[in-house]
Amino acid sequence: MTSSAINRRSLLKGATAFGIGGALSSGLRFGTARAATLTIGFIYVGPRDDYGYNQSHAEGAAAVKKMAGVKVVEEEKVPETIDVEKTMESMINLDGASLLFPTSFGYYDPHILKLAPKYKDVTFLHCGGLWKEGGPANVGSYFGYIDEAQYLSGIVAAYTSKTKKMGFVAAKPIPQVLRNINSFTLGARSVDPTITTQVIFTGDWSMPVKEAEATNSLADQGIDVITCHVDSPKVLVETAETRGMFVCGYHASQAALAPKGYLTGAEWNWEKVYTDYVTMIQKGEKVPNMLRGGLKEGIVKRSAYGAPVSDEARKHADSVYDKFMAGDFVIYKGPIKSNTGKMVIDSGVSQGQTDIALESMDYLVEGVVGSTS
Amino acid sequence: MRIVAKMATGGPVEVLLVPLIAILASALLFAGFVALAGVNPLEVYALMYKGAFGTWFSLQNTLQRAAPLLLTALCTALPAQMGMVIIGAEGALVMGGLVAVAAGLPLVGMGAPVFLTQLVMALAGMIAGGLFVALAGALRHWRGVNETIASLLLSYIAIAVMNQMVEGPMRDPASLNKPSTGAIGDVYMIGTIPGMDVHWGLVFGLIFCVLTWLLMFHTSFGFAARIVGGNARTAKLVGLPVGFLVLAVTFLGGAAAGLAGMVEVAAVQGRANASLVAGYGTGGILVAFLARQNPIAVIPVAVLLGGIAASGGLLQRRLDLPDATVLVLQGILFVVLLASEMLYGRLAVPRLSLASFLRLRPQRS
Repeated sequence: MTSSAINRRSLLKGATAFGIGGALSSGLRFGTARAATLTIGFIYVGPRDDYGYNQSHAEGAAAVKKMAGVKVVEEEKVPETIDVEKTMESMINLDGASLLFPTSFGYYDPHILKLAPKYKDVTFLHCGGLWKEGGPANVGSYFGYIDEAQYLSGIVAAYTSKTKKMGFVAAKPIPQVLRNINSFTLGARSVDPTITTQVIFTGDWSMPVKEAEATNSLADQGIDVITCHVDSPKVLVETAETRGMFVCGYHASQAALAPKGYLTGAEWNWEKVYTDYVTMIQKGEKVPNMLRGGLKEGIVKRSAYGAPVSDEARKHADSVYDKFMAGDFVIYKGPIKSNTGKMVIDSGVSQGQTDIALESMDYLVEGVVGSTS
Repeated sequence: MRIVAKMATGGPVEVLLVPLIAILASALLFAGFVALAGVNPLEVYALMYKGAFGTWFSLQNTLQRAAPLLLTALCTALPAQMGMVIIGAEGALVMGGLVAVAAGLPLVGMGAPVFLTQLVMALAGMIAGGLFVALAGALRHWRGVNETIASLLLSYIAIAVMNQMVEGPMRDPASLNKPSTGAIGDVYMIGTIPGMDVHWGLVFGLIFCVLTWLLMFHTSFGFAARIVGGNARTAKLVGLPVGFLVLAVTFLGGAAAGLAGMVEVAAVQGRANASLVAGYGTGGILVAFLARQNPIAVIPVAVLLGGIAASGGLLQRRLDLPDATVLVLQGILFVVLLASEMLYGRLAVPRLSLASFLRLRPQRS
């Protein structure tokens, strides 16, 4: 009897304490949100532990969380529909967020464009580089030239491959993806011009079954180095490891998934980008509407070399890396032919990273086996 | 004695009581689940209430999320009245959205009146979605193909066709990294309900639910259709046009989902692209089953599930629970509600047996 009474009482007490504590903390939260704490919302289109696109952003969010004077709220698996509008509004209205990082490409148009004029005091920073002159002033867009790191991966892959055949599993034949395939191939062929890259398009950003099938079929064709451009390279990397292939990662580091075959990888460096943004806002500076850059600007980085990478490969890749860091390396330097034999960049023409022509890339370079349609 | 008899035959009390018991039981189970995850269930429910209905913003959020579910649920609920399990709402929605844009863009190009354009888009979307699901109905009726499998597989085809069109013939060349059709433009977009931040899709959904409920339960057409659902052979025997009824009802279900697709492009996206495949179709299946395939019951169930979805974000953000939390709640609800079906007619079992006992005796004497 007594013990049950105590139980019940302590339970009630606990519940009350919880209620008061909850009320207090939410009250405080509101007060401080206005005063000093900056509430920041991160929105992901997929799971934030996907070893890929979403994880790279979540790692950036984790870095922001460690900063002083900020409170981070996160929401994952938000589709690119009215759901994301409601999530952004919910973060603004219910959490008091004044800075949002909606990280998926498709969140921009029409969703961010619709909300930005409605919430002028909120800063929207979107990953994708879609902001155009005349766009909302409280919107910033950022993106990185990750194909620089892909070019380095290509160099490392070329030295490691024995069959001289590479594989690339990609989502859709859109400019960003084609650019990665081409840069990877150009990097590999700068070492050995006989190298080919077999590309397989899966048709969508997250197709785990097709990605595994593609990896197996590439392995069956005698391809021994593989890389990709899909949202989550997890399945591909694991499959490649069991098939004894070498892997170059993408988006985030997948080294932990392939301890034997992981060579290097092209990674985003959102930790730096996001903490820089937050510092800027805390100092009261105006954030730029457009932010782009590659290795040199610290927006992209590469994974540490894995054990199978030879000294020769490291030396070559490092020397090109140094040139990227110095800002005097151009990947798309003519003459470059497409794999249909068409001259796409004439000899003597040099398209640097910021060249607008690269943004609408619709070809695969010579050496790539596959087609854009 | 009369009251007892009513209770036993699925009267209004039982129809309300059984789902209520099921919802309460699921709530208890879910409370146990979150407690195991180390979170106070009371706090979870308080937050869920706040996120779903607690503020004006939350309520609108809930209604907004319920809107497409109202329409996609009908795609399963209406054919279910005829004993068919159709799960192709996702495909019908995608087809409806794509065809609505295809029909709307030329009119937009000609500068046609806004209302006319929207009407044509809505009709085009409904016809496209309707024909799409009627195809599964036709396969079932004339070829004996299982309509569940047919509608599921047809959905994959619809999504593939949409991707092909959006990345090929209908692609706006300016949509570089997210292939899309051209946009219909702000002027031609369907706005929001006055005084609310919820688009007109909600009203379309409510009207569609009420009208199809009247059709299925208060007209001879609906009666005939339900006879087919009860026993297709008997229906044929009494001279009902079974083929026509199958096509008409599957068409109607598909038209509802097609309209949801049209609303998606005309009220939200402004264009057709891969974002149309957002799971509204699959969400609708859940709603239809929870509503026991009754078009009018679809309304409260869609609002309930809309509320669960709306509050899911808050649970993630405040309590650090994963996104799958609300999926667990939905799953528990689904299983418990389906299991609760066995309670119908049994809730009053002791009374029923007593009643029949009492009735039996005097009748004999």
